[in-house]
Amino acid sequence: MSVVISGLGVGYGRSPVLSDLSLEVRQGELLVVAGPSGCGKSTLLRAVAGLVPYTGQILVDGAPVRGTSRERALVFQEDGLLPWRTALRNVELPLALQGVPRAVRRSSALAWLDRVGLSGFEGHLPRELSGGMRQRVQLARTLAQQPSLVLMDEPFGALDAQTRASMQQLVSDVLRETGTTTIFVTHDVDEAVLLGDRVVVLGAGEVDVHRDAILKAVLA
Amino acid sequence: MAGRWVLRIGSLVVGLVLWQVLTATDAEVWLRFSQLPTVVEVAQRFGEQVGGADYYRDLGNSLLRITSGFLLAAVLGVTFGVVIARSRLLGDLLQPSLEVVRPIPAIALVPIAILLFPTDEQGIVFITFVAAFFPILVSTRHAVRALPTIWEDALRTMGGSRWQVLLRVVLPGTLPGVFGGLSVGMGVAWICVISAEMISGQFGVGYRTWQAYTVVDYPGVIVGMITIGLLGWLTSSAVELLGRRVTRWLPREASA
Repeated sequence: MSVVISGLGVGYGRSPVLSDLSLEVRQGELLVVAGPSGCGKSTLLRAVAGLVPYTGQILVDGAPVRGTSRERALVFQEDGLLPWRTALRNVELPLALQGVPRAVRRSSALAWLDRVGLSGFEGHLPRELSGGMRQRVQLARTLAQQPSLVLMDEPFGALDAQTRASMQQLVSDVLRETGTTTIFVTHDVDEAVLLGDRVVVLGAGEVDVHRDAILKAVLA
Repeated sequence: MAGRWVLRIGSLVVGLVLWQVLTATDAEVWLRFSQLPTVVEVAQRFGEQVGGADYYRDLGNSLLRITSGFLLAAVLGVTFGVVIARSRLLGDLLQPSLEVVRPIPAIALVPIAILLFPTDEQGIVFITFVAAFFPILVSTRHAVRALPTIWEDALRTMGGSRWQVLLRVVLPGTLPGVFGGLSVGMGVAWICVISAEMISGQFGVGYRTWQAYTVVDYPGVIVGMITIGLLGWLTSSAVELLGRRVTRWLPREASA
């Protein structure tokens, strides 16, 4: 799935959060959007997800974004799980919404939980899991949904360094494996360079940099 | 641990002994304890009543009234609460009329209930319903409005429809708040069912208690009061227990 954004504007009330933003995400690419807090990174994701009204154009595979769709999954920084559902039933949820039969969605959810290393925690409620584990459940849920585009909003922002590193590895592996187009938002430059095929820096005029260029700059 | 239980039961026993002593000695210390029955008289009266059929018919009557009124209030209170909180159009349409009626104590509706309904029975259920309806409505409305938007956003980006959001996020997510309203609703429902029975009932614990007073059967009055207390405690505990079961996902202290 490819995304073409041109002249995007989003405003809550009078002051615009985003104005005249243009960028492009190619099929199968992992694009990192970096920038300081409050520069509109999350708003950009919410607009692409179809959660907020916008001006300008967001084309996903050539079609303008209108409303939400299961093809465009959003991964939240934290607390995106429904607290009254167990880990397993949270992962099953997108499939349940699509009307997938119970047995099928159960085996799929179990497989994804296993993939993110949470076998044995199927019956745990979110409050019984650590922050890192909850984010892994959220990731499993997003993957079970099988979207064409994954939008990740600082998903590891609240995690400790070690958990964060293992999650980054996992995300990078799984998303590349499945060839899922991804927009990954972070304010952490290291994370941006590590994960992105390409990095776009928001705020103070958009800067579009290739990973190699950044690496060269960092190493110099 | 054992020491605390001794203290708790001990305080109850002391209360009962004090009651017995004050009433048996016809004490007059500004309050006229001479007018009240003794613990022993009340216990005897309780024994007689529990052995007879009338007691259970009254219990059954009151319980039927409270459950019909309360269930109706629960269903409609939650429905209206959700609708008002989620739909601006229906909110604008319904809320003004409801807000006008809300401050009126349900028991003040007794004359209207008598005029409006063909039978006293329906009138009493109506009063009970009105009493429980508003706390449930208001708690539900607040709970829906206070719901974190992230859960709804999550469901929508999974492709969930408006209806699926309602069933899978709004209803389960508001249960803790709804049960707060149900607990309060059950309390005021008892106040109102008993008062309505005292005013216009035939049979029922409230009716029987007032009846006992008018025929100078004071131990009977106390038996009625204790029965009402027990019923109230039982039904509130049932609501509380059900609430705990369906909101087990809430963070809770291990000892609670």
